[in-house]
Amino acid sequence: MNTQRTLSSRNALISALAAAALATLAGCSTTKLDTPVPVESRTGSSAGSGTSGASTAGTSQSAVTPVDLSKSASDAGMGRVVYFDFDSFALKDEYRPTVDAYARALTADRKKRVAVEGHTDERGGREYNLALGQKRAEVVARSMTLLGATDAQVEAVSFGKERPAVQGSDEAAWAKNRRAELNYK
Amino acid sequence: MPTPMLNRRQFIRTHTAAGAGLAIASVALPAWAQFRVEISGVGATQLPIAIAKFRDEDRATPSLSLSAIVRADLERSGAFRGIDAPGALDEASRPVMTEWRSRAADALVAGSIGRLADGRFDVRFKLWDVVKGTELGGQAQAVDASDLRLAAHRIADYIYEKLTGDKGVFSTRIAYVTKGGGRFTLRVADSDGEGGQVALSSPEPIISPAWSPDGKQLAYVSFESQKAVVYTQDASSGARRAIANFRGSNSAPAWSPDGQTLAVTLSRDTGSQLYLMASTGGTPRRLTTSSAIDTEPAFAPDGRGLYFVSDRGGGPQIYRTSLSGGSVERITFNGAYNISPAISPDGRTLAYISRQGGGYRLYTLDLGGSGGQPQALTDSNDDESPSFAPNGRLIIYASRAQGRDVLMTTTLDGKIKARLISTTADVREPVWGPYGR
Repeated sequence: MNTQRTLSSRNALISALAAAALATLAGCSTTKLDTPVPVESRTGSSAGSGTSGASTAGTSQSAVTPVDLSKSASDAGMGRVVYFDFDSFALKDEYRPTVDAYARALTADRKKRVAVEGHTDERGGREYNLALGQKRAEVVARSMTLLGATDAQVEAVSFGKERPAVQGSDEAAWAKNRRAELNYK
Repeated sequence: MPTPMLNRRQFIRTHTAAGAGLAIASVALPAWAQFRVEISGVGATQLPIAIAKFRDEDRATPSLSLSAIVRADLERSGAFRGIDAPGALDEASRPVMTEWRSRAADALVAGSIGRLADGRFDVRFKLWDVVKGTELGGQAQAVDASDLRLAAHRIADYIYEKLTGDKGVFSTRIAYVTKGGGRFTLRVADSDGEGGQVALSSPEPIISPAWSPDGKQLAYVSFESQKAVVYTQDASSGARRAIANFRGSNSAPAWSPDGQTLAVTLSRDTGSQLYLMASTGGTPRRLTTSSAIDTEPAFAPDGRGLYFVSDRGGGPQIYRTSLSGGSVERITFNGAYNISPAISPDGRTLAYISRQGGGYRLYTLDLGGSGGQPQALTDSNDDESPSFAPNGRLIIYASRAQGRDVLMTTTLDGKIKARLISTTADVREPVWGPYGR
């Protein structure tokens, strides 16, 4: 249930509300209904900058942009979660395209910022897991900077075991929780 | 410290807990949660003490039994065993000692609760040595209704100190985090887990609370800004500030014994490393320089050394460094995973969590001599976050029971445990406050 953290400023509100509603329906035990909605006032998107009443080229005043929650978490179809093996910090080959795509997007737009959030499974101490999650996040962040993103664009942070993606105490749940999530800021 | 009027040893009788070696003394306390005292292990020795119901306590404080709070405090300490005390007694009574001896009580407490003209309560008690047939003293307190529990804890402290010679910790406070209803709440409560007050409520996780040595402030890690940031907060006013909010994660705050310095784990220079900074904020000074994880700092009581967790040897182990960051000495060697160091107030005992098999278990290690062997204090699998009481006689820690996160206290021999369980929330991250509040 991490889809409520949105990546696009344009659909931030809609998708956060929709995700909160989904979390309620799903009875998710880590519902974050009162997570502050990340409303951003960043300008520079195509809408709203034209003269009042006039439409800029290529922008319809009547168009409605559909929001698909299955895609809203990613940008241009990229995955936004990287999973790790038990007790491992190595970026698996299958996730290199994801990291490459983020690195390209950051290189193309130096105003873009991304937070890499490391997570662990539930086993072990909270602080040590926080450090382990940090290590995972830094591995992903370093891969992006090696591919052209700048240090200022990528911040590695960790939630340790505090924000599991999946509840449960079996390997299936643990595997889903050993991860790094990529979130545009 | 005053000389105990009685030598504890003359009281101690070998006491085998009834039946299968496990007795549960449950004291009804009104609140959302309660500690249950579990006495386990053959040969646990406790001083038998009779605590009569205080005169007029049913009438004056119907929702709160002061005598029950005193009894629960003393039993949780592991040094006492409560004995039922029928009949009407108060501090002015002249109890018939032969009668109490026949009940196998070595000490007797009686008291009363009255209402003063200004609305406060007048709480009085007296303590007798039943064996010698003498009075050991008593006290009178005038307290507000909100301090009635505190009055009971002070009575327990008085009795504990008179009879054992050690200072009691019942009137100290603990802090812990509850998780329930999608919220994380940092609470400050009496040492018995009751009377909890909310210090911080957040939709995001809160971990690693730490009391300042004067008991006035809490440092903790909050994820409210979608990353780990260390805050300090004044407990009484609620004033708070982000003390460490650098790039990356900021965590694991530990106060120096003089309260001037905080040790923290920062990843600002990549990798989780230890830093020292003024507890009022400022520029951190890097303490460790390793390519491994260094975290969970805990100051030695003399303020000159720092214990911490590092995986520089492969898996996480506990190390000690001087504050100059020079020499680093490995402390734990048994097992592949040893974390969460807590140091006793006298500096002699390390409490920590060790992974044994698939379980995470509370252990102690004697730091005094050479070649001390680790001692398991529990047989559970989910222990976390040990913290010493300020008199060093009890450890509070987190564990799991009945599918919930619970808090436990244990004596250092592991024989007397008490469990705080809530029916509505997970309870975790306990930390015991200092004397004074």
